[in-house]
Amino acid sequence: MPSFIFYLFALVTLGFGLLVVTARNPVTSALSLASSFVGLAALFISLDAYFIGIIQILVYAGAVMVLFLFIIMLMDIKAEEGKKTNNGALVGGCLLAVLLVLQVIMVSGAFHGERTVGDLDTAAAIGKAAGTELPTIANDLREGSLPDTKLMGYALFDRYGFHLQVVGLLLLVGTVGVVMLSKRDTAAKEAGN
Amino acid sequence: MTLVERIDQAPLLLQRWAVSFFPALLQPWVAMLISAAAIIGVFASLFALSTLAERKGLGRIQNRPGPNRVGPFGMLQPLADGIKMLIKEDIVPLRADKVLHFLAPIALIVPSLLVYSVLPIGRNLIAMQCQLGVLLFFAIGASTELSIFMAGWGSHNKYSLLGSIRAIAQMISYELPMVLAAVTVILATSSLDTVNIVEAQAGGFWAWHAFTPWGAIALLTFFICALAESNRAPFDLPEAESELIAGHLTEYSGFKYALFFMAEYLGMMAISGMAITLFLGGWQAPLPILNFIPSWMWFFGKLACFVVLFIWIRGTLPRLRADQLMNLAWKFLLPIALLNIGLAGLWVKSSGWIAWPISVILLGLAIVGLGRLLRGSRPRGGKRIYRYAD
Repeated sequence: MPSFIFYLFALVTLGFGLLVVTARNPVTSALSLASSFVGLAALFISLDAYFIGIIQILVYAGAVMVLFLFIIMLMDIKAEEGKKTNNGALVGGCLLAVLLVLQVIMVSGAFHGERTVGDLDTAAAIGKAAGTELPTIANDLREGSLPDTKLMGYALFDRYGFHLQVVGLLLLVGTVGVVMLSKRDTAAKEAGN
Repeated sequence: MTLVERIDQAPLLLQRWAVSFFPALLQPWVAMLISAAAIIGVFASLFALSTLAERKGLGRIQNRPGPNRVGPFGMLQPLADGIKMLIKEDIVPLRADKVLHFLAPIALIVPSLLVYSVLPIGRNLIAMQCQLGVLLFFAIGASTELSIFMAGWGSHNKYSLLGSIRAIAQMISYELPMVLAAVTVILATSSLDTVNIVEAQAGGFWAWHAFTPWGAIALLTFFICALAESNRAPFDLPEAESELIAGHLTEYSGFKYALFFMAEYLGMMAISGMAITLFLGGWQAPLPILNFIPSWMWFFGKLACFVVLFIWIRGTLPRLRADQLMNLAWKFLLPIALLNIGLAGLWVKSSGWIAWPISVILLGLAIVGLGRLLRGSRPRGGKRIYRYAD
């Protein structure tokens, strides 16, 4: 049954992903993108990565999509009709996709010697027989209750705390910049009037 | 199992009894279906009851009898409304995007029902216990904005579109302080699981999060944002039919409109349920002596209090203006919620009464200061300045 659900959501993700690129109507594209994100989130959740799955919905299907929709609503973007396809972009996109596939193959090849969850199971059985316990993450993985939120929190705020703050500062600079730009625009308009 | 426990667990026992008739292979699926059906049945009937309570209550506040013709004391009014909505003509604008126009109410009602899956309605009574229940609640709640966009865009009406821009802007503005208010509870209990959060508040009403300095302010923030998120008065600008042409609902009629209406009430009850879970002890009794009353009755009792509060506020407060709405969210609620997270951290680290005076002083200063700032943004006294109306 899990494989059936995997294929269903993979189909949803890829199908709507294809629609994002091929649809002529920008609203169709945007909503297909949202559906594709939801499918992807379902795939994450079926892999027990609850945190990433839910954040995928909260951030991408929620916040980022709303941003897109605001742009569509405020700019009044019309459907593009009879417009020729951009051949350069098409070739570039295909090239990028091939590169991504190559990269995935290489990465998964590099992980071939690593332990999988199945290996952890046998290692845990051996460890129990010898009277020693495995590290907690392995135990949690075995019990299917990996606290991925906590792991993510430790990684982000402990190990990469400094990097996170730098990113936060960058975003703050961006926000201040946007406010400055929009303020200058209004000030210039009022001076002009 | 004593009789009290049996009554307390009655819904669960009933579900197990019903499931036992099916073969083992189907049992998990049947159990899920029964949970979903129970949620839909219970909360849809609560929706009907609360519409009646609202019309009766508003009537009483406005010094008129309210619906009193259909059945005894107008009790069958929701039924009559439902039949009216079902047999009304469903009008779709000629140039509307038919698919979006059709999908919007469905895309709204599904998440509105889905969020109930993580609310613990009683002891062991939860449709889906998830490690990240609180996060899931907000994630699903955020996706309702998409359906408002679909309604506004799909109607092919400029008033609908403007209304949906206004509604989405309001919802994303108030989502921020609401989630930040919930963060305090997550900080204090160090859990995102709604069941754990309720269990952390066991023992009596003094253990509830609402009775801590940060919890009280977080509950107030959460409640104000809940009013705005569920588009209720005084924040009902998205559907201000008297001034703003019903926003994204302009082109909806018949049962599609009823679905929007239902989603509003379902969202209101779901957010109230979340407030109860986070701050008011969920299904816990306020005093340990009262534990003989079933846990689900406590949950629904608290929920009824919230619904009454919503109705009371709707009958009391006038509607806000759009700029007042935005100022309140960004210049008042957001800074308060941010300060409150710091105070919750102080409470957790100091774990004692020392946090009380510090919190009260800081929060008092912040509320007074921010309130003055907000008031300073409009001319006090003197003549009103109409910028666009002359």
